[in-house]
Amino acid sequence: MGRYVARRLLLTIPVLIGASFLIFAMVYALPGDPIRALAGDRPLSPAVAAQLRAQFNLGDPLLVQYAKYLGNLTHLDLGTDFHNRPVLEIISDRLPVTAKLTLVAVFFEAVIGLVAGVFAGIRRNGYFDNLVLVSTTLIISIPILVLAFLSQYIFGLKLGWFPIAGITEGWYSYLLPGLVLASGSLAYVARLTRTSVAENMRADYVRTARAKGLPHRTVIMRHTLRNSLIPVVTFIGADIGALLGGAIVTEAVFNIPGIGRAVFDAVRGQEGAVVVGIVTLMVFFFIFFNLVVDVLYAVLDPRIRYD
Amino acid sequence: MTDQQQEQSLDPAQIEVDVRTGLGAPSADVTEGRQNSLWSDAWGQLRRNPLFWIGSFLGVFFVLMAIFPSWFARGADPRACSLTESKQPPSSAHWMGFDQQGCDYLANVVYGARTSLTIGLLSVIGVLLLGVIIGAVAGYYGGIADSLLARLTDIFFALPLILGALILLRVGPSTGLPILSDRGAGAVAIALSAFGWMTAMRLVRSQVIAVKSQDYVAAARAMGASNFRILTRHILPNAVAPVLVYSTITVGVLIAAEATLTYLGVGLQRPAISWGLQIENGQSLLRTAPHLVLFPSIILSLTVMAFIMLGDALRDALDPRQRS
Repeated sequence: MGRYVARRLLLTIPVLIGASFLIFAMVYALPGDPIRALAGDRPLSPAVAAQLRAQFNLGDPLLVQYAKYLGNLTHLDLGTDFHNRPVLEIISDRLPVTAKLTLVAVFFEAVIGLVAGVFAGIRRNGYFDNLVLVSTTLIISIPILVLAFLSQYIFGLKLGWFPIAGITEGWYSYLLPGLVLASGSLAYVARLTRTSVAENMRADYVRTARAKGLPHRTVIMRHTLRNSLIPVVTFIGADIGALLGGAIVTEAVFNIPGIGRAVFDAVRGQEGAVVVGIVTLMVFFFIFFNLVVDVLYAVLDPRIRYD
Repeated sequence: MTDQQQEQSLDPAQIEVDVRTGLGAPSADVTEGRQNSLWSDAWGQLRRNPLFWIGSFLGVFFVLMAIFPSWFARGADPRACSLTESKQPPSSAHWMGFDQQGCDYLANVVYGARTSLTIGLLSVIGVLLLGVIIGAVAGYYGGIADSLLARLTDIFFALPLILGALILLRVGPSTGLPILSDRGAGAVAIALSAFGWMTAMRLVRSQVIAVKSQDYVAAARAMGASNFRILTRHILPNAVAPVLVYSTITVGVLIAAEATLTYLGVGLQRPAISWGLQIENGQSLLRTAPHLVLFPSIILSLTVMAFIMLGDALRDALDPRQRS
């Protein structure tokens, strides 16, 4: 186990470096001049422009720039944006907002998805099961962009139940965006749970439990659910990593100042250092939660051994 | 038995060779009587699936709309606008009302189908090209090539599709590269393919690994077939079914991604007619003229739904293990 975790951790390093270099190359290999874009209509004096270029290492070849970036990274210096604000400060400012949004989303995903999936799976082909199948197909088919606008229009504007945008009302203002962000995964969790529960309902050990005369409740809770939830728990775990980095659209529509919004603004303003810093962080989350889930899998299911 | 294998076992020249050498001569009943292939089985399943019929109906409807938009626009020209009609709500003469510039909205939404479907199709072709080539090479050659390509896939896989495409499209115009810099459908398709091929690669890779140690592959190699021939004629045809399911669903996903990128301002640009642009434009008018966001949203969702339903139905039919 320990060796497996160590090996996986080592394998994440090239992926992290590769992903950040990919973004770095895309952002910095441009022929365009961000300094001139920064100056806007009034041209900077050549001396100031040259000084700024040197400060942001814009004159070096790509690989040298990247090596300098990695060197600074070792003492947690992610660089600054063009207004001299450290990228680390931007991240520590914005990350809590995205973390809250993710937490709300995962809560909806787990609670609604699991409950719907379990009940659908227990009575396969029943009325509720068909309802779950149809509604998950609908939810999966509606792009998150559309879902965001629809819910904003219906629940925010028409019914007035939730704030339309922003995070001024604390946790309450995260509910609607969280639900929208969770929708796709929620439908997937419901389907995964349903298939998994339905399959386990037919398993031999469930028949044995019934034959022993255990009550229906105990059979479901103790025997069926324990085994069927393993793939679901691992999916939800991996999804945390994806949600932390995938909220650009939701944060844009609901005007939520998280890291998705920050990276979007930075892409638009060609703030290279901010883009590379935040995207690398997103990739790190994605890889980290996948690793956690793989390890968790072995803990939850003793039949799986990695060594 | 796939069609490919069946076809080979029934190749007359092949049978003749087998008869002459006396090795593995097929008995008469193999050629007689109808055999159920994977595809005829699948068709039997599909016919009974309502999802398949709803999906195909919607799919055909939107494909026709993309090819012949004038059939659906009720005689209106999307570019003929008059400001006096600005933001008029839907009426019996103009089913979707008018947009801010006073253009007939139904015509605009209808003409948007072509851009969406074109980009969906172009980018799925790009995804398949990258995914099949990289996946086949990694799976077939194994070893170092496989490890390197698998790491490369991990790197791309860790980047969200929208984010990667967003950055590439933002910097696209200043790269001076031919298609990428003109901010059109081609650029969006390239960006979506560049960050969307990973699942196709893993699918093809695992199929290739599963098949390459089969006896008939060894037989082909023993007969002196080249690597390229073994891959394209003997191994890849086995991956057709899962790849077909995957690409049908992916067309829907990519159409949604295009609308999102265009909404975020890096995809198609005016004066292109696109659902993403219409949603972006209507966003600020959600209070006064909600129909400007609602209609393109509904049509976009129905288009995406068509492909996802078709893909779901195909998976149920082609993969008996996941049959519900």
